[in-house]
Amino acid sequence: MNFTSLTATEIARKIKAKEFKAEAVAIAYLDRIKALDPTIKAFNEVFTDRTLQQARMIDARIAKGESTGPLAGVPIAIKDNMLIRGEHCTCSSKILEGFRGTYDSTVVRKLRAAGAVFLGRTNLDEFAMGSSTENSAFHTTRNPWDVSRIPGGSSGGSAAAVASRMAPLALGSDTGGSIRQPAALCGILGLKPTYGRVSRFGLIAFASSLDQIGGFATTAEDTALLLQVIAGHDDRDSTSVNYPVPDYSVFLQKSLKGLRIGLPKEYFISGMDPEVEKAVRQAVKVLESFGAVAQPVSLPHTDHGLAVYYVLAPSEASSNLSRFDGIRYGHRTKEAKNLLELYEKSRGEGFGPEVKRRIMIGTYALSSGYYDAYYSKAQKVRTLVKQDFDAAFKEVDLIATPTSPSTAFKIGEKAADPMQMYLSDIFTISCNLAGLPGLNLPCGFSKDKLPIGLQLLGRPFEEGTLLSAAHHYEQTQQFNKETPRIAV
Amino acid sequence: MSITKQDVEHVARLARLSLSEEEKERYTAQLGQILGYVEKLSQLNTDHIPPTSHVLPLSNVWREDKVELSTAETLGSPEDILSNAPDREGTLFKVKKVIE
Repeated sequence: MNFTSLTATEIARKIKAKEFKAEAVAIAYLDRIKALDPTIKAFNEVFTDRTLQQARMIDARIAKGESTGPLAGVPIAIKDNMLIRGEHCTCSSKILEGFRGTYDSTVVRKLRAAGAVFLGRTNLDEFAMGSSTENSAFHTTRNPWDVSRIPGGSSGGSAAAVASRMAPLALGSDTGGSIRQPAALCGILGLKPTYGRVSRFGLIAFASSLDQIGGFATTAEDTALLLQVIAGHDDRDSTSVNYPVPDYSVFLQKSLKGLRIGLPKEYFISGMDPEVEKAVRQAVKVLESFGAVAQPVSLPHTDHGLAVYYVLAPSEASSNLSRFDGIRYGHRTKEAKNLLELYEKSRGEGFGPEVKRRIMIGTYALSSGYYDAYYSKAQKVRTLVKQDFDAAFKEVDLIATPTSPSTAFKIGEKAADPMQMYLSDIFTISCNLAGLPGLNLPCGFSKDKLPIGLQLLGRPFEEGTLLSAAHHYEQTQQFNKETPRIAV
Repeated sequence: MSITKQDVEHVARLARLSLSEEEKERYTAQLGQILGYVEKLSQLNTDHIPPTSHVLPLSNVWREDKVELSTAETLGSPEDILSNAPDREGTLFKVKKVIE
């Protein structure tokens, strides 16, 4: 049995039916990680013995006839910015050296209760700030389709792990595209749920008004299964919304007949990679073949979204990251003569260049005399961006765009120029500013065999519509089923 | 947008961030570039636009102010939490002298 070619849904079903054991599945994935990860470097740590222990526990419960959850025995990789009790959590930063989670984040607790088996912690751009994993303090993850290229970011480790079938599922977090962009560049599905749909408790905060946890998978069905487990209100996150969680599996079969899909003209700009544009337009035609109707829409403030983001996200980050001060956890300098030096040097030594850059931008934008010109202005323009979407969603049910303006770029290609790197998020950022759900769906390959992604955006809490479109698409187009040669 | 090295040093002090000379030079140039880009926000008239305080219609959430002991089963025992400290003495976090 080739376990690593199965979907999460198939694994869960067959373990439940006692066709094979959770332990055998865990061993297969751990073996694959051992074989591939020295090249791909998706993981910061593989849990190995704890993974096997968890799998055996599930097997024991099934043997005793106890009821197990919907993910019983399904392996999953966790982005290294969510707490797992007793395990290290680094955010791929030196400033968290030695730190261990003292509790389970809510998503981890829910996954545990559902019977999922944790494979390990995956690499990210330090504190989720970046689009390539090149900002990790430890290593750059490789794109499984071409190991000289980046996997996207910041959740590049999770995306590369699922794309190379080292994990059937993974968790990521998305502040400005950090799930959807790596999913696009690695050729898998990645869903950023509506802001507030999934609890952020135990996720190390980057920009609290934009951060949202979501999942990576290889099919719409698996994406729905994972969302079902992690979605819902949590008393420990006051921004999580007390709004019923629907049965997402029901949406998969829901007809697309009459579904109105908007194509925002601001997202099909000159200078975009023509292969990307062609694949995305072709994908919309496929959705039309199921009865959907495409029409143009306009999101006039798209061009200002990136500027809004690069004021708000660093501002929130500069505040959130003030907790890393070398006192209660993480790195503490050995060079300090007094308390002020202890703060400044611990942070100066512990944070990498991109994190420092964003703390500087954010601190500047929030500093006395500049607040109105930057932060307050950006919050007003954010309202305009949101109003664009409100107006568009009166005319259409779904918005389709490219996820990334280009396919995966070479390692080092944009590393020296922060503005160039920021521009790679241009199509994913507005979704976070407006708090909408967004999904990447693999929709083709370039002539160099690099994946291309379609981004679907929906109304708040209408993840089901995105999943329905994705599931129908997969009935005739199977780009999601293709695996990189390295992983065959 | 022109940013001086003095601006960078001032902001770094506010952020409690020690920077090398080389970093100060680099951030002086890069901050100018990035803030120059976000200047484009000033093109838009936002006189009558309210700022987004929250993307969802949420109101403040209250709970009872009840003391609960943090344990290994909830948010971590005191020992779990102290074991993450870079320096400690017994059940206390140890820091440099605060009063000179």
